[in-house]
Order: sequence, then C-alpha cells, then structure tokens
Amino acid sequence: MDPTIALFLAQDGVTNGAIYALLALSLVLVFTITRVIFIPQGEFVAYGALTLAAFETGTFPGTAWLALILGTAAFTVDLARDRAARTPRRALRGLALDVLLPLALLAAAWHAAPRHLGPLVEVPLTLAIVAVLGPYIYRLVFRPLAESPVLVLLIAAVGVHLALVGLGLLFFGAEGHRTAPLLDANWTVGPALVTGQSVVVMGVTGGLILALWGFFGHTLTGKALRATAVNRLGARLVGIPTSAAGAMALGLAALLGALSGVLIAPVTTVFYDTGFVTGLKGFVAAIIGGLISYPLGAAAAILVGLVEAFASFFASTFKEVIVFTIIIPVLLWRSLRSPHAEDEE
Amino acid sequence: MPDPRSPARRGLRGALLAAAAAAMLLPGAALADITVGLIVPATGSTAALGIPARNAAALFPETLGGERVRLIVADDASDPTMATTQARRLITEEKADVIIGSVMTGAAIAVAGVTRESAVPHIALAPIDLPAGQDTWTFRMPQNVTLMARAVVDHMKANGVKTVGFIGFSDAWGDFWARDVKALAGDAGYRLVAEERYARADTSVTGQVLKLLAARPDAVIVGASGTAAALPHITLRERGYKGPIYQTHGAVTHDFIRIGGAAVEGAILASGPVIVAEQLPDDSPVRAKALEFVTAYEGKYGANTRNQFAAHTVDAATVLEQAVPIALKTARPGTPEFRKALRDALETAGEIPASQGVYAFSANDHFGLDHRGYVLLTVEKGAWKLVK
Repeated sequence: MDPTIALFLAQDGVTNGAIYALLALSLVLVFTITRVIFIPQGEFVAYGALTLAAFETGTFPGTAWLALILGTAAFTVDLARDRAARTPRRALRGLALDVLLPLALLAAAWHAAPRHLGPLVEVPLTLAIVAVLGPYIYRLVFRPLAESPVLVLLIAAVGVHLALVGLGLLFFGAEGHRTAPLLDANWTVGPALVTGQSVVVMGVTGGLILALWGFFGHTLTGKALRATAVNRLGARLVGIPTSAAGAMALGLAALLGALSGVLIAPVTTVFYDTGFVTGLKGFVAAIIGGLISYPLGAAAAILVGLVEAFASFFASTFKEVIVFTIIIPVLLWRSLRSPHAEDEE
Repeated sequence: MPDPRSPARRGLRGALLAAAAAAMLLPGAALADITVGLIVPATGSTAALGIPARNAAALFPETLGGERVRLIVADDASDPTMATTQARRLITEEKADVIIGSVMTGAAIAVAGVTRESAVPHIALAPIDLPAGQDTWTFRMPQNVTLMARAVVDHMKANGVKTVGFIGFSDAWGDFWARDVKALAGDAGYRLVAEERYARADTSVTGQVLKLLAARPDAVIVGASGTAAALPHITLRERGYKGPIYQTHGAVTHDFIRIGGAAVEGAILASGPVIVAEQLPDDSPVRAKALEFVTAYEGKYGANTRNQFAAHTVDAATVLEQAVPIALKTARPGTPEFRKALRDALETAGEIPASQGVYAFSANDHFGLDHRGYVLLTVEKGAWKLVK
C-alpha cells in the first residue's frame, strides 16, 4: 500500500464515517430522551434516499401516503384516549398538524412527482415527508410504552423496524435506486480526487453537528430536551411536556436519517433494506460513545468509517466482521472501567 | 309479497343449500387436478429476484396435458428455513405434484432436500449445485454457473486477457463464480491476480476497487447480481480503470443499466437469450418462445420489465407442458405414482425449446442446457446488445 491509496481510503472512510456520525447522533438523541434503542433509524435513511429517487424518476412516493395514514391514526388515537385532546383548541391544532400537514405534503408530492422540479424542491419535500413520520411513530408506538423497561422499548423498536422494512418493499420495490449527485464537480488536490458529493456530505454533517450543539446548548426547547434526558420525572415536575420531547426527538432523528439518505443516494445504490446495516454501523459508533456522548459518538463514527475502508482494502471477505468486532474491546474496556450498574428492572 | 314459508320460497332455499353443499364438496373433486407449488422469495434480501418470478405465475397455463392446474404460490422470505417449511406444507397439506422454486440459491437447496425425501419432482429456479446422487428429484431451469463462466472465459481468451481480477458477493453466488473463475484459469491461460468480496447492501467498495487496481488486471469479473452489481463497476470506472469488465447473468436487467448509466457501457456477460429476444437470429430455436414470453410478460407488466427469473418460471411451465402428458399415461395426478412418472418423464421428454434455451434433461444431466442456453451480451447506448 502506498500513501496515495491510504489517502483514498481515508477519504472514503471519512465520508462514510460522516454519515455514520449523523446516525450515531440520532441514536444517542433518541436513547437519551426516550430510552428507546432506535433500531429503525436506518429505515429513515432508506426512506429518505428512495423518496428522493422516486421524485427523480417521476413516480409518486408511497411514504407520503404513510405519513397521512400514520398522522390520521395518531390524531384519532389521541382523541379517543385523551380527554384534554378533545377541547376545540387542542383538537384543531391536532387536526392541522396530524392530518392537514401530511395531506399538504401528499398534495405537494402529487404535484411535484411528474414535474421534475429539481433538487431544490424535491430534497426539502423528501425531508419533510420522512421527518413527520418520526413523531407519529413515537405517539403511536412508544408513548403508550413510555414507562416500560428498556427491553420492552427495544422489542417495540424491532417491531417498528420490521414493519418499516416491509412497507419499504411495498412502496419502492426490491430493486435499488441511485440519485443524481447534488454537487457534480470534482477537484484534484495533490494526488487525491475530491468529489463534490463528499464535500457536501462532510459540510452538511459538520454544519448539523454545530447546529445541534447550538440547539441543545442555547435554546429553551433544546435545554428542555436535555432536561428530559437527564431526569424524566424531574423534567415533568418543572413543567416540561416529556411526551412532546419524545415526539420531537424522533422527529429530529427521522430528519437526520432522511438527510443521511439524501446524502448517500448519489454515491451508492440504496435498497429498501439498505438502512439496517448502515444504521447498525451508526449503532456501533453510538455504543462506543456509551449511547450518551455526542462528541464521542461522532468521533467513533469516523473511526468506524475508517476501519471499514481499510478493512475492505486488506480483507474484504471479513470487512463486516472487523467493523462489528470493534465493539467488543470497547465494551470490555467500558465494563472494566465503570462499576457495573444494575439495569432499572 | 310472497309468504316467506311458501313452497316456492322453500324450493329456492333447498336449491341454495344444495348448491352450497356442492361447493363444499368441490375441493374434494379438485384433488384430481395437478397441484403445482411455486416457492419464491417475494420479500427479504432476494425479493428483487423473487418478485418477477411471482409475477410470472400470472402467465402460468390453466391446464397441463388437459388437466386443470391448481397453482399455489408461497413466499419463503429469502430464508432457507422458511423455504423448508413452505415446501413441507405444500407437499403434506396441498399434496403438490411438483414444486417449483426457490429463486434464491440457499432456499432452493433447502427445497431440494425436502422434495428428495418426499419423492416429489422439483424444478429449481436457481442454478444450485447438489452433491452427487442428491439431485434425483431436482431439475434446474437457470444455466449452470460453470457453463456461463466458460462462455465468459472463452471471450477473455479470444481477447488476449492474461490477468484477471475478481470482485463478487460474499455469498453463494460470489462463491460459485470465484470457484469457476479459479478452476478455468489453467485452461484459458490467465492468472487470477486479485479476489475481493463485498455485500449487496454495501455503500462503498472503494477499498476493494483500489486493491483490484493495484493488481493491474487486464480484465475484471464482477460476480454479483441485480442492481448491486453496478456499484463495483461504477467505482472501477470512476477510479479510471480502462480494461474490460465482465458481469454475470445475475446482473441482466434493465434496472442494472438504469443504475449504472454511462459507467456500465461496454460491460460483457453471458446470459440467457430472453433478454435480447428481438435480436436473436431467425433460425434460433429459442426465438419463438422467447418472443412469446416477452410479449406476454411485458404486455402485463410494462416495457423493459423482462427478466430471466420470470422467464425461468414460465420455462418451467413449458417443460411441464411436455412432461405432464407423458406422466398422465401411467398415473393420475395426486398420487405417488404420478410424481414418480413425472420425474421420469422430465428425464425422457427429449429436447424442449423454451425461452431461455433448449432443455434436454437426462438421467445424468438435470441442468439440461447446452450452448443454445446462453448468448454473449454487451451494454451499448443504454441497452443490451447481442455480441455477434
């Protein structure tokens, strides 16, 4: 191996790592706020990529229907279960956010699908359609289980994952898709070829990490989310609506997932079930960060990307094995270093 | 308004009851029909291959040898365990006379095991290799990998390729190809200088491609299938590889070209003839059947949807159309004697022209295809072209 190849591999690793970082951040975000180990995170990646691909090929994405159905279901469940939701003001607000919003997205998608309006319209529309799925899924699946043990939440997450993969097959078919690059330019820096897409990936990830840092450190909503993560009961006592916090966490996670999908769709072929393995790699990074640390998780994601790139060069047959094996020394080190704490059960 | 208890009314009720009773008895009468079990991966990791095969069920004939066909489609979810369960269910509960499937290699091997022990004829839609003596009941529709590898290797030999790089799936498909590319190296006078693997869902193959490039092969073979076969191809071209790139018949779909775009121009592979039905010479023995399949399938599912997996399913029906009348001479459907007779008939039916080649099964050869079962293709201006 010469330095040029090492440079290529490092570049590839960092680009993939940036995507894993977005996923790791989402997983940490969801876990700290809702205690859900969010297995379906990868499905948002696939949904994001495939919804955009559907717009590019001029077909109507099924995800828009899913948003409307889940939104209406969440609204109906709220009305049936919660008396407070039946007051005119709350009901109107629910109607607007849960039924009219996805209906508007559906109409926009219907309008945009055959017209090829370009990424400036299609990307935001894709992000919106996938992002609204997060809060609806939280309200339908995880809010009724909010006080359950982590294991129950994990099993519910696996159920959501299986359902979303099946729906993905139904919406997008079994064949893979690719989208046009967002920035179709290449630069030669020394011996390395820098693609416009990798610059977009790293720029967006970097920007998002800064934005999240600003959001959690300097806004009231962000601080309320953090408070919920630290102590759910305490947060409720001081008047933070913890269920809204959960919905917001999943909304952010879905948005980040869809964004990752939009970013990887031009560089790789995305299948309806691609998200799972990609999500698992983000999960490895999140675990290395102990599922609580954003900077550690992001750094670990870059490490996972690099290990993957070099492993695929030296021993491609064992690439996945090597990537997922990283988790073992990390777990060993963590369990030796920190005293063993009983799970809440 | 008639009285509800009038004799006319009671007569009607009696007639309805009789009809209902007759309807309930019908499944019993249907036992004499030929029951065909079709097992395909309609969901899961190989759904891309299984869905077309399931779609082809709509083109299955209503009768075989004058007997009505009862076709039962089962989903194995790309899981060999599930395929085993489905095969057992079809045989014990539905009394299947013949099992077709699965499209996925691992699942097809699992089905072959069940049909062998239950003595039911099995037509696999994957080119599975079975240990000697274990394929007594199993016939295959797709081309043997070795047959196709030989076709590709002959082309490389004719073009003076001396060093070959291989990148393939890390699954049975990749293994079959890696094995044959290695085994044929001596004959064809090339050396395998790099062997790399990747997974269908991988988002990047840069590492593997750099390793291939470092070995400077004259040609590269991509042992993958479906749209995922395009990723190494695109990456190789992006990194400036100029040599010929060979694909396998797993990649022959229009989706492959849709995903690969300009990068896959010039890809060379051996495939079943159905994909270029219109370009086949008039004297080709498969042209008529191939065109018939393309017209029927694309008429139902749209232009450019033709694919080998649906073709193999339809070919299985073509083969059965020849074998079933022979078997019917000795036994009635639904009996063990009929299954035995059908198995024997498949071996002795002689040459059967179908859309993907001319099948001639014999006691020693349960693949049944020869050189008429493949053509060399290349991608030219975004479409599959026959290499003359």
